[in-house]
Amino acid sequence: MTVTAITLIILAGAYLAGLLGSLTGLGGGVVIIPLLTLLLNVNIHYAIGASLVSVIATSSGSAAAYVKEGITNVRLGMFLEIATTIGAMIGAVLALYMQTNVIAVIFGLILIFSALMSLKNKKEQIETKPNLWSEKLNLNSSFPSANGVVSYNVKNVGGGFFMMLFAGVISGLLGIGSGALKVVAMDGVMRIPFKVSTTTSNFMIGVTAAASAVVYLQRGYIDPGLSMPVVIGVLLGALTGSKILVHTSSAGWLRWVFAVIVTFLAVQMIYNGLNHKI
Amino acid sequence: MSLTQPKLHDTDIQRIIGWILRVGVILSMLVVFIGGCVYLYRHGAETVHYKEFIGVPGFVHSASGIWHGILTFRGRAIIQAGIVLLIATPVVRVIFSAIGFALERDWLYTVITLVVLVIIAASALTGHAG
Repeated sequence: MTVTAITLIILAGAYLAGLLGSLTGLGGGVVIIPLLTLLLNVNIHYAIGASLVSVIATSSGSAAAYVKEGITNVRLGMFLEIATTIGAMIGAVLALYMQTNVIAVIFGLILIFSALMSLKNKKEQIETKPNLWSEKLNLNSSFPSANGVVSYNVKNVGGGFFMMLFAGVISGLLGIGSGALKVVAMDGVMRIPFKVSTTTSNFMIGVTAAASAVVYLQRGYIDPGLSMPVVIGVLLGALTGSKILVHTSSAGWLRWVFAVIVTFLAVQMIYNGLNHKI
Repeated sequence: MSLTQPKLHDTDIQRIIGWILRVGVILSMLVVFIGGCVYLYRHGAETVHYKEFIGVPGFVHSASGIWHGILTFRGRAIIQAGIVLLIATPVVRVIFSAIGFALERDWLYTVITLVVLVIIAASALTGHAG
């Protein structure tokens, strides 16, 4: 294929991936990697490198908007970034030694898990019980809502930190934001309000991805010719997605459609991985 | 140090952080786009495939190579410079967070933020070794 042809195809695919990723909340990375590897026969190392770059672009772009609103818990994000960056460094180094088909299988499994997570109904929770560590670390905070300022406490700091370490490893290994795992750590383990965990997770994704991107960059995983249409396409797709999201607040069926597509891609990745086709 | 006292400063720092992130993304995307146009103009008709992993071309693999590539107007070197700029954006954000916490005299978080910077630096060095 000529450079122009493949660039245009990837640009269109990345736009769709960014749109899908933004609408489902899964992130563009989880869609662009199967697209590149399954449809365009791109080596998974290049796909991961390009995806990681697009993850930095989308998360930084949207974090800029969220931080201004004052919902992001910057201290909590900073503290947990210790865990995610250590994890990301480990993940990126692991990726250098792991067989590509093993990476494909792990990717598929995380993809299915993320799709299931995106279907779960989120209900707002406010933890009010005091916690020794979250007080010591000054993690408890508040956020503005329609009913005034809501204060909340953070639970199980150690458990959340450990979960974030794992999220970092997965992010560094697979070149995705692993937003689903970050939300598990913050919603499930640390009992943070949904609005705060989503924006704080997004705030952390860029730094986490940067920690593994510096490894990838030096190992030649980030190919400029391939990354260029990926990063531009995913970012534009995500921008479009964020505009649509504002207008259609209850698109439950849409999430189901996407979850089915994503699961289909995941099964393909696992199948190809098990048969050493990737 | 009370729990509610530093909130006012927080919003100032957060505004600056938001600004850094936005400018970083816009600037790096602009560079990537310009590089992409040059790359397509010069190499658009060539064939390419990414099936085998062979790393990246030598001239985009080092800082000096990228710099030289920019001076000789090579598309992929310009793209790679944009990508480096993009990767640097969240790192610059962390540096400003550290400054922000230090200005608030929140030493605990100044240290936490510096630890994150050290980890990223260590990660960059890991890439060099071996």
